[in-house]
Amino acid sequence: MTNEALIPIVGVVTDIRRDTPDVKTFRVVTLDGKKCFEHKPGQCAMLSIPGVGEALFSITSSPTNKDYLEFSIKKCGCVTTWLHEMEVGQQVTIRGPYGNGFPVTTELKGKDLLFIAGGIGLAPLRSVINYVRDNRADYGKVDILYGSRSKDDLVHFNEIVSEWVNEPGFNIHLTIDREQEGWDGHVGFVPSYVEELNFDPQKTVLMCGPPVMIKFTLASLMKLGFSRNQVYTTMELKMKCAIGKCGRCNIGSKYVCKDGPVFRFDQLDELPPEY
Amino acid sequence: MKKISLSNISKLYEVISREYDLYAPIKKAGKVNFAKWTDGEEVVFNAQTVRSPKDMFFPQTMDLYSLKMQGKTVEVIDDRSETAPFVVFGVKPCDCKSFEVLDRVFLAEPVDTYYQNRREAGIIVGLGCSAPSESCMCASFGVDNTEPVADVKSYIVDGEMYLDAITDKGEKLLSLIAGLLVDADSTKVDEQKAKTKEINKKLPLQNLDMTRFTADNLNEIFNEEEWEGLSEACLACGTCTYVCPTCQCYDIRDFKTNDGVKRFRCWDSCMYSDFTKMSAGQPRNTQMQRFRQRFMHKLVYFPANNDGMYSCVGCGRCATKCPISMNIAKVIKKLGGKHND
Repeated sequence: MTNEALIPIVGVVTDIRRDTPDVKTFRVVTLDGKKCFEHKPGQCAMLSIPGVGEALFSITSSPTNKDYLEFSIKKCGCVTTWLHEMEVGQQVTIRGPYGNGFPVTTELKGKDLLFIAGGIGLAPLRSVINYVRDNRADYGKVDILYGSRSKDDLVHFNEIVSEWVNEPGFNIHLTIDREQEGWDGHVGFVPSYVEELNFDPQKTVLMCGPPVMIKFTLASLMKLGFSRNQVYTTMELKMKCAIGKCGRCNIGSKYVCKDGPVFRFDQLDELPPEY
Repeated sequence: MKKISLSNISKLYEVISREYDLYAPIKKAGKVNFAKWTDGEEVVFNAQTVRSPKDMFFPQTMDLYSLKMQGKTVEVIDDRSETAPFVVFGVKPCDCKSFEVLDRVFLAEPVDTYYQNRREAGIIVGLGCSAPSESCMCASFGVDNTEPVADVKSYIVDGEMYLDAITDKGEKLLSLIAGLLVDADSTKVDEQKAKTKEINKKLPLQNLDMTRFTADNLNEIFNEEEWEGLSEACLACGTCTYVCPTCQCYDIRDFKTNDGVKRFRCWDSCMYSDFTKMSAGQPRNTQMQRFRQRFMHKLVYFPANNDGMYSCVGCGRCATKCPISMNIAKVIKKLGGKHND
């Protein structure tokens, strides 16, 4: 019988890192230790636990990593709670990759990039950031503005402070919501920090975070002279099939699972505001 | 064209059912639905089935695959089976059209093999309409209710069934029952078609104005105030989506068995509050938004992606089954164009 897109393969979790009190990063390979499939930065995969359910997650590792896939997952529902409780060696099901991903080989090529992330919103952007690091000559200057509730809630903090800050042409701007002992960096919300840093509106923006952050940060970017067709974001909606058939992620004439999850804001402007 | 007397038709069912599973509109507990024909069962041609025949290709629940979990190990078991060849008899032209709509979803890449297997295994015998009713709106959706698009088209006139094969599958079916059929000319069928077309002209919903439902008007229609009034009494029961031949939204869930898990899919409804609910929130919080989604999808979003094909075939089941008497015709009359009065 022909291949069926809905039927997953088995993957095994080979590493679990605790990033924050409610975010862990899981490394998944096939049973024979290989990468489950190739993907593009910003694409997603369906992970599941039998009897618990299937859910869609962005792939946080870069496609340039040829050994494994990684997922940074916040504990917030049934599947994610189960994933947070499992141990290394646990097998899960995996299928994908799904979605369009960020246009790294076309629209983003040669551009100065500004990444803006809030909380777990760094997960999909990390895939692009590490892809850009591995293809450094193809892109201009890189700014990364990342904010979270507290220092402890900054996902991939170790990688940021030990690797990203040392990358030539990378500028890292971290911020947390409130003053905290042991933090001498910036304090404040992402939207106001964007204005404070007064970014050059020639940059191309890749943004992901909670809806309220997106809303106000977009307004800040507009104030600085950015236009909506320079700003990319990646969306999250309920999905069951991830192949444009189950109907859940339908907004207007788009399906977030296959037409997205990456959209420019001028593209989102054409859709009904139901996201 | 061939024909057979209705007095002889149970022989035809018998012959077909020796080679195929035969499904036809059958009355049980006072309701007519597509069901497997067994000897002695009477097929009812002059009623609309309560449920659409979409079950034939997209069953209300179906197993996708099995899973086993032991300690830390997981096994995925592809236990799909080939579908036995079957025949669906007496499918009205509107319902025939619904398969074309479903094809657009399930046969688009990546192909849904569960649906595809059933589609390939199934032979559809369409039945031309001779008595469209007041809830019929097929003509408004471009369906010719005198020309069922199927493997075989059939007509019932004056106690006889006329049959004509359209596809190779249809030829194959008719050759199986060739011994029961006699040659016929189409005079009586043509007369019936002309009569049906005259009835259509007098029906209230066969000429709805849908000119406004274009992709260019998407946001304008989406923002109409009328949605509030139209959806106000909606009970969110989902009946419209369940009886609809083209509603295909589904859920995937796990069923724990003694020795593992069956992952199955079942029909779902965009009218339900948990349809798009995530742990982080919900893009359609109100029933108005969910109601609007259903009709926007059928009348604007789906056509925008499918060369203008509506995700409605005008069968009218929603109109006859909705507990608050809301239906797509009322939506079209409010929002479809100025020639609806």
